[in-house]
Amino acid sequence: MAKAKITFSDIDQTVNVPAGTRIIEVSEKIGAGIIYGCREGDCGTCMTHVEEGWNNLTEPSVLEEKVLRENMASRHDRLACQAQILGDCKVKPA
Amino acid sequence: MMPLQAEPAARAIAKPGESVEIAPGVHWIGALDPTLRTFDIILRTANGTTYNSYMVRGTDGVAIIDTVKAEFADDFFARIESVARYDEIRIIVLNHLEPDHTGALPELMRRAPQAKLYISTRATAMLKALLKPKEDKGPLAFETVGTGDEVSLGDRTLRFLHTPFLHWPDTQCTYLVEEGVLFSGDVFGCHYCDTRLLNDRCGDFRFAFDYYYAHIMRPFKTHVMDALKLIEPLPLKTIAPTHGPILRDRPRRYITRYRELSTASFADKIGNEERSLIIFYMSAYGSTARMAEAICAGAEEQPGLRVSLYDLEGGETQPFVDLIESADALALGSPTINGDAVKPIWDLLSSLAVIDLKGKLGAAFGSYGWTGEAVRMIEDRMRGLKMRVPVAGLRVKLIPTDEELDECRAFGRDIASAIASGEKGRVIDFAELG
Ligand SMILES: Cc1cc2nc3c(=O)[nH]c(=O)nc-3n(C[C@H](O)[C@H](O)[C@H](O)COP(=O)(O)O)c2cc1C
Ligand code: FES
Ligand SMILES: [Fe+2]
Ligand SMILES: [Fe+2]
Repeated sequence: MAKAKITFSDIDQTVNVPAGTRIIEVSEKIGAGIIYGCREGDCGTCMTHVEEGWNNLTEPSVLEEKVLRENMASRHDRLACQAQILGDCKVKPA
Repeated sequence: MMPLQAEPAARAIAKPGESVEIAPGVHWIGALDPTLRTFDIILRTANGTTYNSYMVRGTDGVAIIDTVKAEFADDFFARIESVARYDEIRIIVLNHLEPDHTGALPELMRRAPQAKLYISTRATAMLKALLKPKEDKGPLAFETVGTGDEVSLGDRTLRFLHTPFLHWPDTQCTYLVEEGVLFSGDVFGCHYCDTRLLNDRCGDFRFAFDYYYAHIMRPFKTHVMDALKLIEPLPLKTIAPTHGPILRDRPRRYITRYRELSTASFADKIGNEERSLIIFYMSAYGSTARMAEAICAGAEEQPGLRVSLYDLEGGETQPFVDLIESADALALGSPTINGDAVKPIWDLLSSLAVIDLKGKLGAAFGSYGWTGEAVRMIEDRMRGLKMRVPVAGLRVKLIPTDEELDECRAFGRDIASAIASGEKGRVIDFAELG
């Protein structure tokens, strides 16, 4: 299976994950500072800033776009419970 | 359980129907709740609480900062009416949307329909969930603001500080630039009700201040530190929180106290290089205790790891919670009794909500007779608390043999190396995270 590296810059840790893994699944286990609420793309709590590899995540859905907008997300923010990792990237809590 | 207000204190500062001027043009318009004994289910208070709300008057209108719990709306409106007309209110700032501060909001919006709401960038969804606006009533008039954003009242400026997760995602602080007043929301607050209202006039509330921090802010220590970075540089004359005394006498002391309470003391003592594993167990006949000792011995072989072993039966929960907060890893041992782990284990696990467990490593072990559910149940609970459980739990049927004690030592070594593999910089494989 294809692998990708995701770095959590707040705790300076990198994990090698199977492509398609959601950011939430990794960050939770490794203990990065990203916080969760609903886990289903509704509350906006898990907003995450993508520092590198913006294009290596799955495209946001219409619903995710709406929640990001409502929470005044900046251009490179994503919901960690929604975005799936396709290639190397670097993230931190938004 | 008698209401404290029955006897109007001679030195009362907060009087029915009157506002209290806490700085030029800045009035307290909140409410007293002296008979409350339990707050938010999780907190106790020995003399009630206050819901502090404030009014700021500028040459260009009036701002209301936070409101009160719904049951106290009458007190709040009476105090507003003593200093302002509803048609003067241009701005309503909501530093925190919890119902104890937004209960009177719908009625305030009805009385001052021209006023615009100012909330944090993280609060939109919460505001909509709170007010459940009807589409046909037109859109809500609100603006989201972040650190450095300002709104003017003519000769007065309100500047916002984005301080999320203190203690909800939506929280923010508001700073009145010209008077050096920080409207801090629940931050620096406490459940303490005193008609004398001002920190230099009222009784000794230090206990209530620390207690509030311990139960409300402590799970969010890193967010507290981030907020303090924004707050500390401000010239400050007064901190005006949403509960408890108004901190006008030497307000910096309270900021210093927050910094002290948010700084891990254990790490300072044993040095940041050293890692720490705490092993707790309960044991009726000594089998789980023997396992714990062997696990401890195995883990101790790892250099740079400090291992501590405790029998839960011999201690109170609270100091153990403190220990766990500053540890890197936690191993819990329980026998299986009637298909479950034993109550002291659950008592400990249910006391951990006040600390940040995210990413701490967890492991479970225990002796059992025929079904052995306890270990799996503890592991599931640890995962539910956002700990990672990379080493599969270890169970031993009844009394451990020498070989089984060897397995326990190996289990201890595995936990120790999983702790060590969390070192910064190294690439970890997803499968290792458990
Ligand atoms: C101290 C405190 C902590 C809270 N923590 C959470 C939380 O972690 N996640 C969440 O979804 N809601 C949290 N809430 C919000 C409550 O679940 C919410 O206000 C709910 O509507 C209360 O229901 P009740 O009226 O039945 O008490 C918290 C509320 C308080 C007072
Ligand atoms: S956790 Fe609620 S949107 Fe991701
Ligand atoms: Fe609150
Ligand atoms: Fe509150």
